[in-house]
Amino acid sequence: MDVVTALGADLDGAFPGVVETYQDSLYRFALRLSGNSQDAEETAQEAFVRAYRWLKSHQASLADLALKPWLYQVTLNVFRNGVRRPRPPTASLDDARELAGDGRVEPPAVAERTESRAELARVLAGLPRRYREAVVLRHVEELSYTEMAAVLERPEGTIKSDVHRGLGLLRAALAPAREEMLA
Amino acid sequence: MTETELIRELSGLRDVQAPRSIRAGALLGAGLADAYFPLDAPIGRVYVAHGERGLSAVAYAASAKVFERTFRAETGRVAVRQDPSERLAQTLQEWLRGDRRHKLRFDLRALGEFRQAVLFKALEIPYGQTRPYSWIAREIGRPNAVRAVGTALARNPVPLFIPCHRVVRSDGRLGQYSLIGPEAKKVVLEAEGVQLDQLEELAQTGIRYFGSDTTRIFCFPTCRCNKSLTERHRVSFASESQARTAGYRPCKVCRPAAA
Repeated sequence: MDVVTALGADLDGAFPGVVETYQDSLYRFALRLSGNSQDAEETAQEAFVRAYRWLKSHQASLADLALKPWLYQVTLNVFRNGVRRPRPPTASLDDARELAGDGRVEPPAVAERTESRAELARVLAGLPRRYREAVVLRHVEELSYTEMAAVLERPEGTIKSDVHRGLGLLRAALAPAREEMLA
Repeated sequence: MTETELIRELSGLRDVQAPRSIRAGALLGAGLADAYFPLDAPIGRVYVAHGERGLSAVAYAASAKVFERTFRAETGRVAVRQDPSERLAQTLQEWLRGDRRHKLRFDLRALGEFRQAVLFKALEIPYGQTRPYSWIAREIGRPNAVRAVGTALARNPVPLFIPCHRVVRSDGRLGQYSLIGPEAKKVVLEAEGVQLDQLEELAQTGIRYFGSDTTRIFCFPTCRCNKSLTERHRVSFASESQARTAGYRPCKVCRPAAA
């Protein structure tokens, strides 16, 4: 029995398994979008709770649900609407470029394995949202373009060009910081 | 940096694990899990679980892992470790001291009607007092179900807070207890100030009730009416019929017999 059928048959019994399966993905997705582990935690948690409530009220008609992209979409919506806690606005790309390589502005408690990874995460989180979402879904979460079209509700062609443009912006933002690090 | 290098670096950002709190928060938020924490009670450390509907489990366990497993097996829900709010921690301690000024709710939804009735009736027994099993049976309208009352109390999922320990045998023996066994029941009752040796002695000499020759009311020996009763005015009875024949009526507080 696949997961969606199991959810339809016994939501309460099957949902904890969904949390186990997707918690790393949804947390990571929220972390790479926000660049902040606390926001990511709240976003992922809230996404699961909303997903459960929606499933509960649509339990009879889950047959066509594509679970994975749908969970990403729920997480994305929670992220876009912002977690309840008030917080300073996300740094713009300019700030990210300016601050890249400055250890003091590293978001709280995101322990990255290397300095270059921390820097990449920081710059990524400062990318304009449209491109950030596309790049994260494609190259961090490694979703297919079909899945991405379901998450973002945009045509695949548009998404491909957003990913391409996002990568370009990232490279441009990273280059000067990298030179500085080598100097 | 080439685009290929950048894409390789981006896939390095996959190396992330969700903190444990996400699963806990998600399941609690969905109402599929109860939170639990260890609590120091008069008889040692117990685990207490609670959800939106109230306290759902109080149990001894060798470890937190064992408690989680047992809880899941018995309720079908997940138990996730989360410290109680300050208010809940305080209310629990108050209850353990017999102070019920703040309400506690209990989640007994998995239990049948009979077990619920037995447990909610036990909840009415005041701190430091005891009642016989037959009292519960009569009070819930099932006077012949004394044995089933015993079983329901022995399977109380929330001992200490629903005071099944206050229900004892009318022959003065304690009877079974859901937390560990009779020895723990003794400790809990003594911690509440119940004079067990006196109760046992009364039972052995055949005394079931005390009456007051001024009010002509008879009570269970631990009823609060007897606190102010001096020996000079105290009358002992072996049975309800003996008391009634002597012209005594049952106390309306501890209700030792049907009115």
